[in-house]
Amino acid sequence: MKRMGSVPAHPESREPLALHAHAMANLRFIRDTMERAGSFTAVPGMGGMLMGLSALIAAFLAARQPSLDAWLAIWMSEAIVAVSIGVAAAAHKARAVKAPLLTGPGRKFALGLAPSIFVAALVTVVLYRAGLYGVIPGIWLLLYGTGILSGGAFSVPIVPVMGVCFVMLGAIALFCPLEWSHWFLAAGFGGLHIIFGALIAARYGG
Amino acid sequence: MAKTNALRQERRSPAQSVAETAPAKLDRLIHERLRLGILSALAANESLTFNELKKLLKTTDGNLSVHARKLEDAHYVTCTKSFEGRLPKTEYRLTPTGRRALERYLDHMEALIQAMRER
Repeated sequence: MKRMGSVPAHPESREPLALHAHAMANLRFIRDTMERAGSFTAVPGMGGMLMGLSALIAAFLAARQPSLDAWLAIWMSEAIVAVSIGVAAAAHKARAVKAPLLTGPGRKFALGLAPSIFVAALVTVVLYRAGLYGVIPGIWLLLYGTGILSGGAFSVPIVPVMGVCFVMLGAIALFCPLEWSHWFLAAGFGGLHIIFGALIAARYGG
Repeated sequence: MAKTNALRQERRSPAQSVAETAPAKLDRLIHERLRLGILSALAANESLTFNELKKLLKTTDGNLSVHARKLEDAHYVTCTKSFEGRLPKTEYRLTPTGRRALERYLDHMEALIQAMRER
């Protein structure tokens, strides 16, 4: 790396304006480096795989439920289980990063994802009351995908790619019969989580 | 020449807490771009390997090892060498001293910006 030419050897002797600008540039550099470096660890790959596994179990159980209510209850429980796994895995990964200042990327991801999860929960209630079960799986996949996309916008490129996959799957699911929904949910929350979780774990350390 | 002078200065007082005593003085050891980059990257990770740092900071083997060595000499980072199968693996970690130094540097930069705003 080139030595930064614009930083004077003795900044104290320069104009305050230049000093101020250099201080800003230095802070920006530190933040950028930390964020790029933080991307190595922000999204938990192993956690993603565990979430995928729990989703496959949920899909298996949900497909065997006699009523739509029971089906929905299984998936709602799965959502809670998956979020818990995700939070625990992210916290586990973040513990390696000791100072609070440095949790930026993980926080950004959570803040990007949270609104979509909230909207998904709200829309599910509305659709359930309207009896529109058929579109629920598609909406879930779509909103989860958009959440991953916005949360992962500042992360390593593989994260938004996962988001795009969820969105595409959700878009297809929206126009398919309800009977197929088990497969879409299993493929999305199960398959995509496991595949991308494994890739993230392998490439970005855990 | 300025670079050589700066390096000489660092050798004399590597881990001295300059920012504490005089706010006008910078921790020269950190002020260098690549060393600042190494500390920042390690601050966001428990540890990073030599190759990860090299990729992240877009630098060369020689440059990185020279600057990492300086930080190691000042006890700002620790370096552990091991083998992953047959490949040697060099891992760097930030020490508490290094973290404090980085925090002081951040405070220093913020103070400079603050001073400008108050003008």
